[in-house]
Amino acid sequence: MKQLTLEQKLFLNGFRPDEESHLRIIDQEKCRRCELKQCTYVCPVKTYRWENDQITVFFEGCLECGACRIVCQECENLEWSYPRGGFGVNYRTG
Amino acid sequence: MGERGEKFEVIVVGAGPAGLSAAYLLAKAGVKVAVIERGDFPGSKNVMGGILYRQPTEEILPGFWRDAPLERHIVESQAWVLTEKAAFKAAHRHAAFGEEPYNAFSVQRARFDKWMGQKVREAGALVVPETVVESAIMDGEQVVGVQTGRPDGGLYADVVIAADGVNSLLAQSVGLREEIPADQVALAVKEIIALPREVIADRFQVTGDQGVTIELYADSTWGMVGSAFIYTNRDSLSVGCGALLSQLVERGVEPNDLLERLKAHPMVAPLLAGGETREYLAHLIPEGGLRGMPELSTHGMLVVGDAAMLGNSMHREGSNLAMISAKLAVETVLRAREAGDFSGRALSQYDRLMRESFIYKDLRKYRNMARFFESHPEFFALYPELLNEAAREMLTVDGKPKRRKQREIFWDAMRRRKPWTMARDFFGAWRSIA
Repeated sequence: MKQLTLEQKLFLNGFRPDEESHLRIIDQEKCRRCELKQCTYVCPVKTYRWENDQITVFFEGCLECGACRIVCQECENLEWSYPRGGFGVNYRTG
Repeated sequence: MGERGEKFEVIVVGAGPAGLSAAYLLAKAGVKVAVIERGDFPGSKNVMGGILYRQPTEEILPGFWRDAPLERHIVESQAWVLTEKAAFKAAHRHAAFGEEPYNAFSVQRARFDKWMGQKVREAGALVVPETVVESAIMDGEQVVGVQTGRPDGGLYADVVIAADGVNSLLAQSVGLREEIPADQVALAVKEIIALPREVIADRFQVTGDQGVTIELYADSTWGMVGSAFIYTNRDSLSVGCGALLSQLVERGVEPNDLLERLKAHPMVAPLLAGGETREYLAHLIPEGGLRGMPELSTHGMLVVGDAAMLGNSMHREGSNLAMISAKLAVETVLRAREAGDFSGRALSQYDRLMRESFIYKDLRKYRNMARFFESHPEFFALYPELLNEAAREMLTVDGKPKRRKQREIFWDAMRRRKPWTMARDFFGAWRSIA
């Protein structure tokens, strides 16, 4: 079957993105010192990207799984919450 | 949402299998109950591999399978042990699985839970969508309600049931749950891949609404502790894989790459050929077993389902544990209501009921399994290879005497793992699941 890129896959999902991110990096300086930067590869949709010496959060495609919250708990550098009611991913199949 | 300070007898947080079950049973018993759901509708945030068992579901909704939106009834279960280029397959099919009332179904949670939400409404519960619960409202050490993300969003109740899933911020907010260690949870991703019904019938040798499940091990997760699956839906396949989050971190593996690798496997690709991806989903799965199970009750609150970290990966069980835990929670609430006592002591009845149930017994049975396999990666790499190589050798007709083939297989294995170590591995594996 045709292989889709992650971006193409996310285009298939239903989203209602909020204006503000429900995920917030507390201190970018901590991210600079973070050796593994696990969030940049463990997130199923690559929400976190290391660009220009800082983490950029592309929260719009977040699937709300919670993996980032767990891998960042050592650094306690992520303010994690669910999107506001009615916002975020809307699965049609589940 | 009602006026400020609206009071219910019970507030259920989360409209998944656990929350909807609890709300349904409570409403049926005449309890004034509200279910708070953060998605647009029950199911819109819910993800499961996709197998729903009939018997436990009927404990909540007798006869549900006659009118619920189900995909297929499962008549055959397969297990594949993969290496990069091979698969060792086992399968079981029984004619009885094809007869009513059936044993298990493939489902899509967004559809099933939406339907169940409707049943919950019809039973008399209030379903409140698009509302995030942020924390518990306390009166001293008693939970007396929940704070929602809405303006004036306090809702009060005698009991709050936390059914808000694996991340349960609610259980955490009252100290029932600690942070989840990365080795007690699996991160799974899944695609829904559309295929015409007749193609599914051909490829999986089924007729009508019959369905097949395939669990894939070893190379399906690149040797990490976890598994993959292919389930047949009505006109699509659910294809997914998951591994312990700790191992994904350690190995630097991106979940989407793991899934694409699985889809490209020479034994998997032909099943998916011509398919079209329709949706891409992700979910955390509790894998801590008994070790990961938190305290289940406190003053004015009970924790059910994924929020209580209930999962049995050995037997692909989760939603049934969610529903049955909800049933036991409801039993507890009804007794507490009769006695007019919602203290932690009264609600600890739920802990007792859980301990007496199969849930606790099963989690206890497999309490050492996850840790064992995590510390024995051979079961996800070396042994699957030996198994597939042995099968290949014995099935290759090349003029070599069979006894010599057997000897070569034996000595190859002995060379790659010391006999004593191997014996210990298998004894340990057996003990961890026996």
